[in-house]
Formats: sequence, structure tokens, C-alpha cells
Amino acid sequence: MAIPVDQPPQFAEVVPPLTPREAEEEALRCYYCYDAPCIKACPTNIDIPRFIHHIVTGDLKASARTILDANILGATCARICPTEALCEGHCVRTHDSRPVSIGRLQRVAMDYAMTQGVPALPPRPRHGSGRVAIVGAGPAGLGAAAELLRAGYQVEIFDRREEGGGLDTYGIVSYREPVAVSLFEVNMVRQLGAKMHLGETVDAPRIRALQRDFDAVIVAVGLGKVPRLAIPGEDLAGVYDALDFIEATKVGDFGAFPVGERVAVIGAGNTAVDAATCAKRLGASEVTIFYRRGEEAMSAYRYEYEFAKQDGIRYQWWAQPVAILGTQRVNAVRFSRTRVDGPVTSRSAPVQLVEGSEWTVPVDTVIRAVGQEKTLELWSALGCRVADGRVVVDPETYETSVAGIFAVGDCLARPGEATVVQAVEDGKRAARAIDRMLSEKSAR
Amino acid sequence: MADLSINFAGIRAPNPFWLASGPLTNTAYQVMKAFDEGWGGAVWKTVGEPIINVSSRLGSLDYGGRRMMGLNNIELISDRPIEENLAEIREVKRRYPHHAVIVSMMFEANPAVWRDMVHRVEDTGADGIELNFGCPHGMSERGMGSVVGQVPEYTERITRYAVEAASIPVIVKLTPNVTDIRAPGRAAVAGGAHALSLINTINSVMGVDLDTWRPIPDVDGRGSHGGYCGPAVKPIALHMLSSLYNDPRVTVPLCGIGGIETWRDAAEFLLLGAGVLQVCTAAMHYGFRIIHELTEGLNDYLDQRGIARVEDLVGQAAPRIGDWNDLRLSYSFQVVARIHADQCIGCNLCYIACDDGAHQCIERVPGETAPRVREEDCVGCNLCSLVCPVPGCIEMVPMEKGPVETWRMRERRLKTAP
Repeated sequence: MAIPVDQPPQFAEVVPPLTPREAEEEALRCYYCYDAPCIKACPTNIDIPRFIHHIVTGDLKASARTILDANILGATCARICPTEALCEGHCVRTHDSRPVSIGRLQRVAMDYAMTQGVPALPPRPRHGSGRVAIVGAGPAGLGAAAELLRAGYQVEIFDRREEGGGLDTYGIVSYREPVAVSLFEVNMVRQLGAKMHLGETVDAPRIRALQRDFDAVIVAVGLGKVPRLAIPGEDLAGVYDALDFIEATKVGDFGAFPVGERVAVIGAGNTAVDAATCAKRLGASEVTIFYRRGEEAMSAYRYEYEFAKQDGIRYQWWAQPVAILGTQRVNAVRFSRTRVDGPVTSRSAPVQLVEGSEWTVPVDTVIRAVGQEKTLELWSALGCRVADGRVVVDPETYETSVAGIFAVGDCLARPGEATVVQAVEDGKRAARAIDRMLSEKSAR
Repeated sequence: MADLSINFAGIRAPNPFWLASGPLTNTAYQVMKAFDEGWGGAVWKTVGEPIINVSSRLGSLDYGGRRMMGLNNIELISDRPIEENLAEIREVKRRYPHHAVIVSMMFEANPAVWRDMVHRVEDTGADGIELNFGCPHGMSERGMGSVVGQVPEYTERITRYAVEAASIPVIVKLTPNVTDIRAPGRAAVAGGAHALSLINTINSVMGVDLDTWRPIPDVDGRGSHGGYCGPAVKPIALHMLSSLYNDPRVTVPLCGIGGIETWRDAAEFLLLGAGVLQVCTAAMHYGFRIIHELTEGLNDYLDQRGIARVEDLVGQAAPRIGDWNDLRLSYSFQVVARIHADQCIGCNLCYIACDDGAHQCIERVPGETAPRVREEDCVGCNLCSLVCPVPGCIEMVPMEKGPVETWRMRERRLKTAP
């Protein structure tokens, strides 16, 4: 289904852009550190002091060029990066004041590129030639594609959906990142020369076929579905996978999405916050996040948690669903109180149900947001070695155990640690490894 | 409460803060409003044969997001009839007998004109006269302003025209657009000046509009050199002030002008020899109300240091400024940078400044936030401590390295050596 770019008002971007004056003032707060800690804290190593210095001198074009040179998804990252853990968390000004608002400044430059035109990016040295297939048009695939295209390779990108962008387009609530931002980035990669095959499902046999037609194949398929809770009533109407739910709010008719009055979100990560705040915007009056551990173990970023609380989302800690009740449609969830054996901050300490503690909460909608499955079937079908629930890659080259197949993106991340910015960097690194590989081949 | 009142060459005022001659002392309305706010005196915008101005007239140098670090103007002296100015001065003086009202004057080099005008000004009850030998733009092309101040003979001669006619103190306002300020300073003293004021504005072109390639300020596509003032010129003013204060041939009191915006600036001017201060740009920028911060700040500073009278501050630091030849050479004394690692925030600005712009004696230490100074190679230039954003993080530690010796002493020693 095509994605409408115009969103209803309650889905408009929450964080406003900086005004030109705010941008100048904020940019002037940057000390222009040498070998700055913020750069090292950015997985894609954006030269942050330089892009900020360009803003100070009024050269937004150069600022955008500096960002995109390192990270083709700079516009997405400006909005959804966990900056407090990355660049801003390492800003030297955390020591003497408050960190420079790097994310919002990055957005100033990216908004310029979106509205005034994308600056030409500096070309990469051309070492070799060849054709690379990329499966998955999400952040990792686009990051790899941009790097390869700039180095002179032919790139074809395959994605099962009708639009590129992957998670950015389908899985991030639009008040965090408007769809237009993600589509703009897809288009940048298209402008760099990528040939897009959208709406094509690529399975293991197809990947093997691609291997024959291309010099290398990058698999950037992200993560799978939200795991099932494995409790009774899970298939009742009104029970959703959080990502399906978020996607539905982006591709469909907003007003028509029936969430009812009371919504229960299971899980307390960032996706849970997104699903909960989304439900609120769809008209639910009472949205509660239920988590089987305590607040200390919650994986959502601090600012997501604050955002949820400001939105009036309630939290119920130490609560695990044991059954979803209803006849055709869900009308309640039965919870049990929990405790953990071990430290409360741990997300791996075993959870125990407290006997006789069950209670029932009437709800109209249940949203599962308890992480995402790895796409293990695909890897085993391809014959790629898997360990610890993830496909195994060479840490330098990102090549899997099957020569010529590279894996990048969220499929490599530890649970709860996947970020768009790391996916882009994975893509870049795999692209560089392929460049080295193919240039050696052309040299022979 | 410290005593802020001053007696400057016989002119008394409740405090040392006077408005400088300029657009902000153009009318009785402005001067009286300023006195009501608390200014101690005002130098009336230069009275002369009425002129015709151009538009636009002012240009700003902005820095780091702040406006008017420097200001330039091509406005001329008063464009109002002399009679009107004199009538208003008389009225102001009548209403504010205890404030200092000085009249800035600029006329052609004709003794009869000066005699007549000095008498007319005196007749208003004004407390003093300031001779404008400083404006570098416009009037200078007509033989007045800075062209007088740039030629010591003219300075002396026209000063004498005024002084011979005057019974009130005559202050000569000097232009900084000279190679050595002492030459016109001495000339004014020789001509009988009772005091000197400095600096007038510095010749400047403010800039070019990058869209239109027109100059700033822009008069229908053309520009001209104008007078530069504001916070950016303070160091130039302090240099010239101290070199006159320390000149034994300049025996008259000095009025400090040039970039005074806060009580801190004021205290520095006083310490380097200014007996009274004139403020222009800062009051043009923020209004007369800044006088409250100036007087309160200066008073608190004096109180804190136990100084009873502002006049006791005048010139206290001036003897410390003199010839380079009298500074201890680095084998005798030097400072060495020391980075306090516990305060370092890891910006590495000291490292790159030293490595690229100084003496390559700061190195980075793998695994540590703070860079380290190789003290044996440090020349003590200060650059690292100047770029460091954390106050006190980089300390310049004084080191006695040998017997006291300056260049002058060294030359003498080598000459007398067998």
C-alpha cells in the first residue's frame, strides 16, 4: 500500500525545527573541538564540529554535504538517533554546561538539503568495478548503496515493500520522523544511481540467483516480527504486533483505525513507547504499558520514557500477561505479578510469576512490543553460519560464512541495541570491504 | 560607598562617566535624559558650521552572535544651527548645574572664528570645551577633524587659538590615526591644552555585502572610510592612553575613550591613567540606562578593594606598561603552561593551537582526556590558556630561570664586557 506523505495534525512532527536564530546560537555553543569526542561517539563518524561550524558561517550547503558524506541517512538520524547516548552524550559541554543540540542542528542542515537541494557529494576514489545486489532498502542497505555508488559500482536494491526506507518508512511513528524524510533519503540513493526493485520479495533461492548475476550480495533485511507471547487468546481480533500496528497507522486511513478506549501495550522498549503514543493519538483515552520487570530494567531511552509520560501513558511494572480474554475480539487481559531472581536492573534475570497475584484488566486493544525476531530461517536456508541467535559475519568485512554474501544492519545487533545509525555504518563498512574485494579482483 | 565624583582639569562631575560627543549628545532632550539616568557629564555633539549628512551612516561588526562588537560611522558633526545648539546647552546647564557639560567644537583654522565661537560657547555656562581633532571621515576632507590631529603643528596652533580665547578648560580630542600618539599629544600640550581625550574613531571600511558587493554602510551603492569604535577598539585605546600617561612631556589629565561598555572596561581605563571616561557606542547600543551598571559596578569594585575615591585608582597600573626592552628576557623569567587534568573537558583546542599555531609542546596521551605539556619545550606564549574554554584549567606558572635581565640590561652588559 502506498504511503500518504501528509499526516493528520496529531501525527505532525513533535520536535520543532530550530529557528535560524536558535540554530546560530546553538551552533555558536560548539567549541569546535579537535578530534572531537562527539565524532568518535557517532557510529558513522560524522565530522560534527565541522558541520556545525558551517552552520555558524551560514553555509548550510557545506554543512549538509559534511553530514551526508558520512551518513546518507543524516536526516533520519537527526531525528531518531539516541543522541544522549551517542554524540551529545559525549559532547565536552556536558562537563561545563549542557551538550550542544547536535541532533537538532543536524536537522537544520538536512532540512536545508530537503528543501533547497542535495549538495553534490565528494566522489570516492574508484578502485574497481562491478555490480552489487542489495536485499533490503532500509538504513543498512541504503548506507551500503550510497557508499558503493559513490565508488563507481552498479547497485541494484531489492525490497519486498512498495517504498524504500525500511524501518524508517514503515516502522517509525511519523511524529518522530515524517514519512517524507525517509522517502527523501531513498530518493537521494536513487539519484546516486541505484536501480530499485520495489515490491519484490527476495527469498533464499532468489538470493542465490542474485549471487550468480552480481559480484556481491548484501543482505540487509533487518529484523522480523514481534515474537508471540505464547498465551491463550493471542489470535483474537484487536491484538497487534507493534510494528504492524505502527505501519498500519502510516499506510492506512488514520481515523478509521479502531483502537477503542483502553489499550494495553506489552513491553517497555522504544517500540512500546511508539505504539503507546500512537494509540493515544488514535483516540485511546487510557493507554498503559505493562512490563514484566521494573522501571530500572526498561530498555527505552530516557527521552522516550519522558515523552510517553508527557503523553499521559501509564506504566505498570512487574506485570506479565498470562491470558488474553474475549470471544472474537479482545476485551480484557489477565496479568500476573512478577519478580526476578537477581538484580532488578538486569534484563536477563529470570522472571518468576507470583502465585495467586493475578488480576484482570479490561482493554479494547492489545499491542505486543516485546522485541523482534531474527530472520534465522533465511540464514539457514542460505547456509550462513548462525551463532547466539544471529548470523555470523567477519567483523571487518561483514561477509557471512558464505563467500560473496554480506550481512549488515539490525540483524547483527544484540537485542534492544539496534540503531539506524549503526545500520548505516554496517552498510558503509560492508561496501568498503566489497570495494577492496572487487578492486583486488580487477587488479588481477 | 566609594566617592565616584571627580575633578578633571577643574571640571567637576558626580561620577567619571561622561557621554562622548556623538549622535547620543545631539540634543538637550538626550543630554537631560542621560543626566536623569545618572550620567556624570556629556560632551555635546560637535558644534560647527552646519553640515549636510548622507544616509545610511552606521555599520556594525558582529561577532559570535553578538551585535556591534565594532561600530563604524560616516556621520558628520551636528547638522543643527549653532544658535540652536548653544541655546539648548545653556538650558541644560541651567537645569543641571552640577553635571559636566562640555562642548565639542570644530571650525576652520581661523583664529578670529575660534575666538568668537569660544566666547559664544563660554557664554552658555558650559564647563569646558573639547576640540575635535579626531574625526577621520568627511570633515577631514575639508581640512578639519583628524587632518588637524595628524599634523602636530596644526594641533598646536589651533589648540592655541582656542586656549587663548578660553577661560574654561580646553580638552583636545586626539585621533588614533597616527603612528605615535605622543606627537600630537605633546603638540596639544604645547599649545596650552588643559587636558587630552582619546581615542577618537579609527579609520575603517566595515565590509562588503556578499550578495550585492556594495560597501557597508551603503550610500546608494557607494561607501567611504568611516570612524571605527566600540568594544573592539579598547586595546588600541588602552595602548594610546597609557603611552600618553607615561610620557613625561604630557603633563595634563587624560580622558579615556574607546570601547568602554562595562565597569570592568572603565576600571582598566582608570588604572591606565584616565581621569574621566567617555562612553558612546555602548550607550548607543543599549541606551542611557547602562549607567546604572557602570556606577554600581565601579562602586562595588572600589568598595571591595577598600578604595575610598575613584580618583585613587587613576594611573595605578600605568607604570607597569613600558618598553619591550625593559621586559625580563625568557632565560631570566618565563611562564610555563600547566594543564589541570581534573578540570580538562577534552576539547583538544590547546593541543591543536599549540601544534599548528605555536611551539609544538603539547602532546596527547593515549587513553587520557587531558593533553600534556612538555614543560621543557614550552615557551610560555599563553596561546593554550587563551583558547581553553575552561577558566583556570590551563595555568601559566611563573618560573624564575635566572638573574633579572632585560634586553636593555643585556646590551649594556655586553657592551661593557671585556
